[in-house]
Amino acid sequence: MTLLQIKDLTQLFSGLCAVSELNLSIEKRELVGLIGPNGAGKTTVFNIASGFYQPSHGEIIFQGRNLAGLKPHQVSALGIARTFQNIRLWKEMSVLDNILVAQHFHLGYGLGSLFFRTPRYLKREREIRLKAMELLEIFKIDKFAEEKPGNLPYGMQRKVEIVRALSSGPKLLLLDEPAAGLQSTDVTELISLIEWVFEQFDLSIWMIEHQMKVVMSLCSRIGVIDFGRLIASGTPTEIQQSPEVIKAYLGDDQL
Amino acid sequence: MKRFSVPILLVVLLTTLMGLAWFEVIDLYIQTIILFMGINIITSTSLNLVNGNMGEFSCGHAGFIAVGAYVSSVLSVALFTKSRTFGAPLLPPELAAYGFPLVLIIGGLAAALTGLLVALPSFRTRDDYLAIITIAANYIIISTIINIDKIGGARGFMGMKRVIFAMEKCAEIPWMILWVFLFMVLSVLIIRRYMSSTYGKGVEAIRQDEVAAEIMSVNTNRIKLVTFMISSGLAGIAGGLYAHTIGYVNPKSFDLLKSTEALVMVYLGGMGSISGSIIAAVVFTLMLELLRPLQIIKWVAIPLLLIIIMQFRPEGIMGNRELSDIFPRLKKFYKFK
Repeated sequence: MTLLQIKDLTQLFSGLCAVSELNLSIEKRELVGLIGPNGAGKTTVFNIASGFYQPSHGEIIFQGRNLAGLKPHQVSALGIARTFQNIRLWKEMSVLDNILVAQHFHLGYGLGSLFFRTPRYLKREREIRLKAMELLEIFKIDKFAEEKPGNLPYGMQRKVEIVRALSSGPKLLLLDEPAAGLQSTDVTELISLIEWVFEQFDLSIWMIEHQMKVVMSLCSRIGVIDFGRLIASGTPTEIQQSPEVIKAYLGDDQL
Repeated sequence: MKRFSVPILLVVLLTTLMGLAWFEVIDLYIQTIILFMGINIITSTSLNLVNGNMGEFSCGHAGFIAVGAYVSSVLSVALFTKSRTFGAPLLPPELAAYGFPLVLIIGGLAAALTGLLVALPSFRTRDDYLAIITIAANYIIISTIINIDKIGGARGFMGMKRVIFAMEKCAEIPWMILWVFLFMVLSVLIIRRYMSSTYGKGVEAIRQDEVAAEIMSVNTNRIKLVTFMISSGLAGIAGGLYAHTIGYVNPKSFDLLKSTEALVMVYLGGMGSISGSIIAAVVFTLMLELLRPLQIIKWVAIPLLLIIIMQFRPEGIMGNRELSDIFPRLKKFYKFK
């Protein structure tokens, strides 16, 4: 069953065509990759999918619902969560608070019950906290709950960001270059982490990645874009042999 | 024990203050300084919510204080006293003691609504631009008051002392100490509860990375509006208390200088720290009074002191920490939520 469908997506930035007529779909329980040279428009696609940009043309259908006109927080409430290329955790808040805030869309209490500390408010706050702690425990980072993310090693910050994205219970997880800036040992660890997340949680993962090792070992399907156009899509082996892809990455040998 | 230590401490403090005032151990001058301290605590903690916790730069806090001061003054004078402007009291003056807190709250609500009006168009901008818009809003509010002749215009508005007298007919106690104290505790409690909830933590998230907050399901626009309204509403309550403490309001006393005083208290105490704002409000009020003999030189001495403090401690007295972060042992003795 189709989870996310992108139809004729075009994004213009005052004349510059960042994404043009992109067609893509992601099925339920699928781990898909999106690759392409620098500046190909990969992150732009993610920014549109998470509601940060409104597309110039075309539409995005998520679980049968058109995302047009929705604000990012509404999109995330529908079940699309994401991480960022450069880690964007809230640095002055504890790891636990980072996870708590990401559950904002289903707080289940109003300002009135907040100020009067009604039983409903106290119950919901306890539940939210419990859920966050559970998640931290599953990922074995509960010992860092009170730590500021800035004090953690880079690889750990990546992990926290993925946990934060998962805490909103997404159906689709967008990972924007999760391996960027990681050492090779950390990359191996990341691959098993993503694999594990995919097995444990009922969701689809769509990832942008430059390191072929990560994409090739994880993704069942890969889309390649260059200059905002989808130039190839298929299984990792198909992609590796596609002349279009080789041309995009290595250039044309007929100068 | 932990749960009751703060309420007990507050009740003891209140009864001591009221007792001292009632037996005339402390004279009216010292009472007024204590009242100003309480009012300034409301001003600084409420501004801290926007400037410290949310990281926006609001420079027009005095505008909201003015709205609260005028709305509650006009209401209380019209309702409970005989005045030249409004004629006979609309309600029996005996009700003044009960009606006063309601009047204050209405002043606060009016200020919160004004805050909403300012925030709606201006929260598309940030930083310097928001600062300029809030300064403009401050001046718009003052000019509006100056041009309403019914409430005194540039001459100011008075008659609030008679409201206090009406309350004293009910019971001969130092009413203003009671009200300032109660509303100070209430507003600190509101801010504390707001900021310690998951909802309020969204405010911190907005300061640290607004884009990430929006994408991680925080409704940033709504939270910014709500926070700004809480801040301006509490400023309005501070204004109402200020007006009834002095018994006279003048649009001039809510100009940019007043806004600057509020900003100074926030930065002196430390951005985002509630206890810092409280300490700074007390220190700043004392400083203003102690240096009063210097007269005009006061306005050289105080900025100089501030420059020195900022040179040696740019993060303010408390930084962004609370009292219980600096002395973790205190946590055993009190809980304030």
